[in-house]
Order: sequence, then structure tokens, then C-alpha cells
Amino acid sequence: MNETATPSFPKHLLDFQDWRRTQVESLLETAQMMQEVLARPVKKVPALTGFTVATVFFEPSTRTRISFELAARRMSADVVSFSGAVSSTTKGETYRDTLRTLEQMGIDAYILRTDAAGVPHQAHRWLHKPVINAGDGWRAHPTQALLDAFTLREKLGDLEGKKIAIVGDILHSRVARSNAELLPMLGAKVVACGPATLLPGSLPGTTLTTNLKEALAEADAVMALRLQKERMDKGLLPSLPEYIAGYQITEERLRWARPQAPLLHPGPMNRDVELEGTLADSPRSLVERQVANGQAVRMAVLYHVLVGKKS
Amino acid sequence: MTFKSKLLNEDEVRRALTRIAHEVIEKNKGTDNLCFVGIHTRGISLAQRLVNLVERFEGKRVPMGILDITLYRDDLTEIGLQPKVRETRIPFDLNGKAVVLVDDVLYTGRTARAALDALIDQGRPNRIYLAVLVDRGHRELPIRADFVGKNLPTSKSEVVKVKTQEDDGEDAVELWEMEES
Amino acid sequence: MKGEILIKNAKLADGRGEHGSADVLIGEGRILSLTGGDASTVLDATGKVLSPGFFDPHAHLREPGQEVKEDLQSGLTAAAKGGYTDVVSMPNTSPVVDSAEIVRALKEKAAQIGRARLHPAAALTQGQEGKILSEARLLREAGAVMLTDDGRTNEDAGVLAQGLQYAASWGLLVSVHAEDAGLRRGGVMHEGKVSFRLGLPGNPAYAESARIARDLEVVRYVIQGPGMEALRSGKSLLHIQHLSTRRGLELIRQGKQDGLPISTEVGPHHLTLTDEHLESLNPIYKVAPPLRTRTDIEALVEGLLDGSIDCVGTDHAPHTQDEKELDLLRAPFGIPNLEVAWPLLYTELVLKRGFPLPILIERFTDGPRRVLGFSPIHLTEGAEASLVLWQPNNQRPVEPSAFASKAKYSPWEGWMLQGWPVLTLVEGRRVFASEPLL
Ligand SMILES: [Zn+2]
Repeated sequence: MNETATPSFPKHLLDFQDWRRTQVESLLETAQMMQEVLARPVKKVPALTGFTVATVFFEPSTRTRISFELAARRMSADVVSFSGAVSSTTKGETYRDTLRTLEQMGIDAYILRTDAAGVPHQAHRWLHKPVINAGDGWRAHPTQALLDAFTLREKLGDLEGKKIAIVGDILHSRVARSNAELLPMLGAKVVACGPATLLPGSLPGTTLTTNLKEALAEADAVMALRLQKERMDKGLLPSLPEYIAGYQITEERLRWARPQAPLLHPGPMNRDVELEGTLADSPRSLVERQVANGQAVRMAVLYHVLVGKKS
Repeated sequence: MTFKSKLLNEDEVRRALTRIAHEVIEKNKGTDNLCFVGIHTRGISLAQRLVNLVERFEGKRVPMGILDITLYRDDLTEIGLQPKVRETRIPFDLNGKAVVLVDDVLYTGRTARAALDALIDQGRPNRIYLAVLVDRGHRELPIRADFVGKNLPTSKSEVVKVKTQEDDGEDAVELWEMEES
Repeated sequence: MKGEILIKNAKLADGRGEHGSADVLIGEGRILSLTGGDASTVLDATGKVLSPGFFDPHAHLREPGQEVKEDLQSGLTAAAKGGYTDVVSMPNTSPVVDSAEIVRALKEKAAQIGRARLHPAAALTQGQEGKILSEARLLREAGAVMLTDDGRTNEDAGVLAQGLQYAASWGLLVSVHAEDAGLRRGGVMHEGKVSFRLGLPGNPAYAESARIARDLEVVRYVIQGPGMEALRSGKSLLHIQHLSTRRGLELIRQGKQDGLPISTEVGPHHLTLTDEHLESLNPIYKVAPPLRTRTDIEALVEGLLDGSIDCVGTDHAPHTQDEKELDLLRAPFGIPNLEVAWPLLYTELVLKRGFPLPILIERFTDGPRRVLGFSPIHLTEGAEASLVLWQPNNQRPVEPSAFASKAKYSPWEGWMLQGWPVLTLVEGRRVFASEPLL
């Protein structure tokens, strides 16, 4: 078989700091290949037979976990799941204890989810096998950004010069941060928009604004983020109606964007908060497509960290 | 790689395929339940030819599918990151069928092994045959072809290239020598 | 003349300047002579520098109650290894050091250990709860040298004003961890482009400067009070701990120009590390106040030079390895540094930036002593022989595994430093000697 020679890759996926554009594109191409497998009547291949991956979730997330586990199973990997809680004391098991214990059991790759930024990086220092970040605090959610990029390319083609507006609670969003790292790498212009109290002071490669009209103007795609209801308790937002009044994506406001600009949302969605009622189910919404693509992207990531050529 | 010689020309390829088509009909005692499945890439063109030949000889068009075996290979770690996964399409029920798997070259047997797995994942045929245009030896698995266009003993440093009209603009089988690395 | 130790050919450097080589004879806890004499132990200190013992106005030694992190034995041994003869311990232990009884017990235990001398700081308010003042007079009598609720912030300005007034009336300095809890929120690192990018809760520089501004106004108010003029007599009333920001420094500099009785300190980490170290996402760099920016470091070095910053305080804050391996939200704040503070700043400031050596020595010796009301130690005949001999030329990497502290990790691990202490004397008694000297 004549496979094209491909560049070597980081053997982990923590964020996109050590990724180059060619590597990301190659990974997205692999995801395209996985899409082909998912279109078959029998959606299972033996590519990862003999590998065991562990989903280690210190923060619950059924959707992400199922997506990863299905991705692994479709490639015939064995999957074990660990759910744990961490406390601020070391009375219980520490992250390191937990991960080292799993390592002794012969895990080949770790899919890690935590409520605190940086744990995948720490784990990567402690473990000898690949670590895939399935979301760490407000910091990164690289497979979500990859599936967003994949979905956007499916719809818009090359992202070079395309304007992508991300709207909502940018400050506390790992999805926003990972997209702000990834999309500009693929040539897109990212504008992040939200209430002043929910914007970080800066994000590299990203324009920040509180002005929704400015953010949506001529946008090629619009991504709304989930609003965590506890923001109201911390003095960051007065109320939900206040958010809706200023930042909900409505039919009317979408007219500021390019005609037919698609709409994305990482889910789970607060109906009638981030998006006006019917929009989520309108033909412009790519929300279901995102979920479907999530599996292909995660299959590609697993394939790449487990059987891809070593760096 | 450097070109060494042409092993089969257009006529020889045609004759080899014609013979395989006859042998298949003979062995299957007609076209009942017969179908062909081509393995990407050149196995597909060859399977297409065999379907046409069978139709010419028997007056009946048998179904054909295509099979991608990339993610079934046991040497994925050596291929590198970018698997070229192509379409698998078997637009008929495999259950009870006599399937002729078609590939261009039989070498180590690993492709055929992967193809068997990929095929069995798709259904439960009654019988699976293997047809190849060239058998060049050096098997690493206990696999043999039921129908062989030509047996061509080669050395491991050589490469056998099958060209088809559809994929390469000509029908030929060529022998190339791998460069010293 | 007959003494106990003769240190020959040592270069002398103290807070007043460098004084050339001398043969220093030590006996009866004092410097007997600078021109040699007979002694039972004779050390050749050629190429080494003799200075007054370092004085740390701020260390967390964790006893009582948190001995798993550090205790007096390990902490005071670490201090002696770092060239410190005197250490002020912070009272945020369990229980909190808020009674004369605990102060006395700590002092007695430290004396038995016989390494660096311990000067406990006691809580400003009982239990450090910010409500009821602790017993300043009784605490001072027991040996407390300072009152502070460090570990916590003094959110109630009224309580702070009363505490300052009351402590001053008994001659005790009050020190504060100046951060506005509201502005700090859940910040785990400096708020800035690094925290924004990493998605970590940020602690803005203005949490510190806003609190310093308030506290300076509290001092302005307090010194109007009855009898305060006579009591303060040039001494600091309010000491601002671990200054970390350029803006905070500007406020303090202005306050000093206005004649306010205030003082401040800076930590070795705030002079050598920035928020960019957090890019590694390693909680080893998590400290409060947080590591700031290059601009802040430049300002702090300037402040240390011009005397706006009175002294170096380590804020040695050991935790267990397990605790520092929690995530960045949950790992506790603090960096252990008693054993590296001097070589670190000697290398990074004096050798690399040309910072004047006598001034750095002053900030490690006379500066903290002055802030706390201790007399300075200078290298003269008759002076107290609490001294450190250090090696200005030998380069050696920081090796946390060899720390005497229980916290065997360091953000400076592997840094090549010069200036390592080789001998520490407290009143003529050896409390640390490196192996070649033993
Ligand atoms: Zn403090």
C-alpha cells in the first residue's frame, strides 16, 4: 500500500500548543476516513484490537464519555471507565495514585476530564502512555474544537479568511479557548463576544468584543456557548433575562451574519437561553452534525495516539 | 525504484483474466449465488472485468462489491498516521453467497487475511474464493489463491506493479527493483 | 588572645559594605578580634565571604499542627543551611499561635533544637478570625516579635486600625498579607495574558495595591491617635508582607515619602519568577501573592535597591509533595525557599544584574532587624558572633532532594547558583557546617 508519508505528531492531545497546521489538517483528514467507517452498515473495524483505553473522568460528563467510548469500541479497543471525585485534601487518593494504579493495569491511553485546568499536563508528566484531554477546567477541550473545525470545514470548505463568531461566556469556556487556539491555526478569524464580565482580558489570535452586532457582522459561522447558571451567583451576570436581552442568538440578530451562516453549539444547550427557541432545530443548526462528527474526530485522535507513527 | 521488465503485456493480462473467469464459472458450476468483491484499488478494476467476462460467457450479470481493508491491517503501526480509508460498498446480501475476493497481487497474504476479516464483518457468505492476477510467492500466512492469473517467482527486493486501463491507462504487470536505502 | 574558632582569610562584607580580608577570632559568642589569635578550631576561609547571619522576617514553619509539612527541627535546620541565624515564624498553624503559652513553648523547643533562632510572630486577632484582638502585651512578654493574621487577609479595616493602635502601644509591629479578598476572588495565579490564555482564575495586581492603599490610609488614621507620636519614634508600625507588584511598591514608596511608619519585604520568588512559569501548569509555581510579570520584577529590584523595600522575607511556605501534586485549583499556595534564598539572589541579582552586594546583604541582615526592632550586627570587634560564611565562587545546582526542609521540591530545581553558605554560627556556636568544613 502506498500511504503518503505524513509528519510525525505529538503523541498526546493536551491542547494545541505543540501542534502545527499540517498536523491538524492531517488529523482532520483521518477523521474524514473515520466518517467512511461510520457510514458502513457494520461500523466497526479491528484497528485498535489489543489496545485498552481508560476514560478517567474526575468531572462527570456523560456525553463526552459516551462519544469517546463509542469511538474506542468502533475501533475494537477495550475500554475501562474510571469516575472519581477529588477533594482539596490529599486524604483520599491523589490524581497521581489513581493514574499510577491504572498504569499498573496496562492502560495504553488515558482520556482525562477534570474540573481544574492543567491536570492532563500533570498526568502527561507522570505517565508513560498518551494522554488525551477530554476537557480540563476552563482551559482546553481539544476534541471539541477539532469536531467544531471538522463540522465547519464540512459546511464552509477551507476556513482561510472565514470569520467565526463565538458568543457567550468566553471567560469560563474551555471550548472557546480551544477554538481560539485551533481555528486561527486553520486560517479563520475568530471573534469572541459576550458580556463584559464574561470576557477574558485577552486571548491570543482572537478579537474580543462585548458588541454582538460587531461580532456577528459578516460572520461565516456562529458558535453559541453554554451558559452556566451559577454565573449569576457570583456577581458576573444580573439575570438570565438580562443575558437573553443582550446576547441570545435570535433569527433577527442572525441577519447580521452572512446569509445561511451555520450555527453551532457544543451542548448541552439551555433551550431558549443561548439560542432562540426554533433556531436549534432549524436547517442552519449544525448541532446534530457536531455530535455525529465528534465520534469520527475522536476515532481519528485515538487512531493517531495509539497506532500513528511515533514522533 | 528502477524498472526491470514487463512481465505481462495487455494481451497476456486479458488472457489471464479470461482464464480466471472460466475457472470461476467451472468451479461454481455456473453463476448461482456468485458475486465478486474487489479490494481497493486495483482489485476493483479487475473484479469489474471479471463480472463483465462472466456476463459475456454466461449471459448473466452477477453482483459486485468493493472492499476497503485499511483499518483491518495488522501493520497499522508501520503505515504512519494517515490511513487512506476508502469506501466499502457491498450493495447486496452476502448471506449464502459464493464470494470471489479479487486482488491484484498475492504476496505475504496479509492483505487477503485482512480482506477476509473485513468481508466476514459484512455478512455470512457460504463460500469465499480468492482470485489474484499475480502470485509472487513469499507467503507469511497460510493463505493460497483459488484462481491465479500468473505465478511469478520474485525476490523480496523486487516490486510487482499491476497496472490497469482504468487506474493507470494501460494493462500491464511490471517488475521493479527497490532502491538500496 | 584565645578564642574558640578562628576563621582565617575571610573577606568581610556586612550591611555597611565590604571590608577586605581578616582573621576573625570568635569566642564567648562574640567576635573577639579581626586580627587573628589562638583558637581550638582554625578554618581557612580563603575565597569565602563572612557576613552577619541572615534574618528572615517571614517563614511558615508549620508547627504546631502541620508537622507533616514542616516542623521546627526541619525548618530551623533548613534556615541554618540557608545562612539564616534568625527566623520569624508565622502564626497560621493549628492551633493558631495566639497565646503566650504557645509562643513560650515554641521558643523553648527551638532553643533545644539549637539551629537558627526562632522569633515567633503571633496572631493579631484571636484564632486569626479578624474579630477579637489577641493579647499583645502578654504575647510580647512571651517573646512574640510581631502580630499578624498572615495566611488570611484583614478584611475589616476597623479591626486592623484597632489592632495597630493596640499593638503599637506595646511596641509590637503588625504585619499584613495585603490582598483584597474581593478582588482576589478565587485567583490561583496572576491575572494577565497568561491566566487568560490558560483559563485559570486570575488574581489581579490591583488586589494587592488596592489593599495597600487602604492600609496606608488606616496607618494615616491610626497615627493621629493619642500617644502614637511618642510611641513610634521612627519605628515601623505596619509591615506589608511579600510585596509583589509595581503598583504596590509605588504606593509604599509614596507612603514612606509622606513619613508613614511603614515597612515592607519582598520574597526571592517574586524577584526571580514570573507568571509565565505557570505555562507549565505545574502547581509548584502556585504561591500567594502570585508570581507576577517581568515589569513587576524590574520595579521590585529597583525598590530593593533604593530602600523602598526594607528587606528580603522568604515567605518559606512548605507543603507536602502530595498537596503540591493536586491540581492548580486545589493545590495549596506556597514555595519552600529558606535554603536557596541567599544563593539565588546573590546569583540572580548581584552576579547577573550587578546589584550591589552590600545592599543585598543589608536587606538580608540589618534591614529585617531594623524593621523588627533588633540591633544590627556588623563585623566589628565585640559584635555578636551570629554569622554566615559563604562561598561566592562555587557553582552548584539546586537539588531539592538534599533539602533539610520536608518540602523536597523547588521551582528553582537545577538552577546553577553561587553563594552557597558553608558555615552558620549563632553566638559563636556552629548551627550549620557544610561537609568539607566538618
Ligand atoms: Zn502571606
